[in-house]
Amino acid sequence: MHELSVCQSLIAQVEAVALQHRARAVRSIRVSVGPLSGVDPDLLRRAYLLARAGTVAGSALLLIDRPPVRVRCQSCGCESEADVNHLVCARCGDWHTRLVSGDEMLLASVELDADDPPSASLKQAATP
Amino acid sequence: MCDSCGCNITSGNKHLVSDGGRLSRTADGKAAVTVLKSLLDENDVQAGHNRAHFDRHSVLAVNLMSSPGAGKTALLEATIDALRGELQIAVIEGDLETENDAQRVRARGVPAIQITTGSACHLDAHMVHEALHQLPLSGLDIVFIENVGNLVCPASFDLGHHRNVTLLSVTEGDDKPAKYPVMFRAADLMVLTKTDLLAVLGDFDPQRAEAALRHLASVAPTIRLSARSSDGLENWIAWLRQELAAQRRRVIQGTTARPAIQPDGHRQHPETRSPHPGYVFLPAKS
Repeated sequence: MHELSVCQSLIAQVEAVALQHRARAVRSIRVSVGPLSGVDPDLLRRAYLLARAGTVAGSALLLIDRPPVRVRCQSCGCESEADVNHLVCARCGDWHTRLVSGDEMLLASVELDADDPPSASLKQAATP
Repeated sequence: MCDSCGCNITSGNKHLVSDGGRLSRTADGKAAVTVLKSLLDENDVQAGHNRAHFDRHSVLAVNLMSSPGAGKTALLEATIDALRGELQIAVIEGDLETENDAQRVRARGVPAIQITTGSACHLDAHMVHEALHQLPLSGLDIVFIENVGNLVCPASFDLGHHRNVTLLSVTEGDDKPAKYPVMFRAADLMVLTKTDLLAVLGDFDPQRAEAALRHLASVAPTIRLSARSSDGLENWIAWLRQELAAQRRRVIQGTTARPAIQPDGHRQHPETRSPHPGYVFLPAKS
């Protein structure tokens, strides 16, 4: 139900990126939306078609990554996949776990048609 | 800082930026820009401003979430009565329509700002910011934000508050935490309400509800109470006093607290988030 709000925020961010890189158009937008993010991918796609209209992303493809729900057990250290409403350790069954992935709601990247390369100040290391 | 040092790169999204990953090159494009910011970044920046505003006034902000009719307003009425003369309270009310809830709160002698969202199913940080313009925080101890009755959308929006409280009334199913995991994972405290009805209902098992919460890997405490009979209310009041004391300590130390759920990436370095991170540019390979 709140996917339109999410999409409007997404488009605002994409417009800022496009402006910063003097892009003529946005080709694609990749987002990462985990099952525990509270965002439904199908609703997001539909809301996106409304939100992108008339913007620099008017014809941009929306690519949605779905990272799996994974937890790390604080008791035995095991990392395992889990269900959204059963975030317990697959090995020992303990519920004292931390989510490793699955609640992402990220704008991952934007693919642009740009006239000029971006300024050198924007070139930063991407790996941790 | 999070968005430029790479600490928000988790095992779930690492493949997006690692060498040879799908996004380090484009098929025929000129540029691919890796951003790695929350889809709700705009909201989160505003939420940070709201929280700083609360902190400047040493006010504890508590967000109440539940289904419609779970007893949020009734709990607020009982809370106002219980803390009268001890703590100064104000309420921000969120509803699709009507000033009914704000009027109920004002009738108890407490300032209330009503946000009518029209068709929006949740409050966001900008709406709360607008409400704060009408609500002087000087002299206040606790601001309650009563969110729109909805077990889905409000969980995704940081309003700039410090604690999330999720109410579950015993007239609902005790499997609600399993059905709405995003909402219940966001709870810093789960309150089971209307417990005076447990005896006549018979099919709601508080222990099952609490077990369902634990299955979400939540360590949040739970409180059982009835706003009508006041049974268990003292535990809720004690929790509020404890949270207010913690908030005052944080203010002295110059720190703050975010509600239970840290959006992806903030989890690892919650204190180092920059509202205006630099973008990471990856040149497209031909």
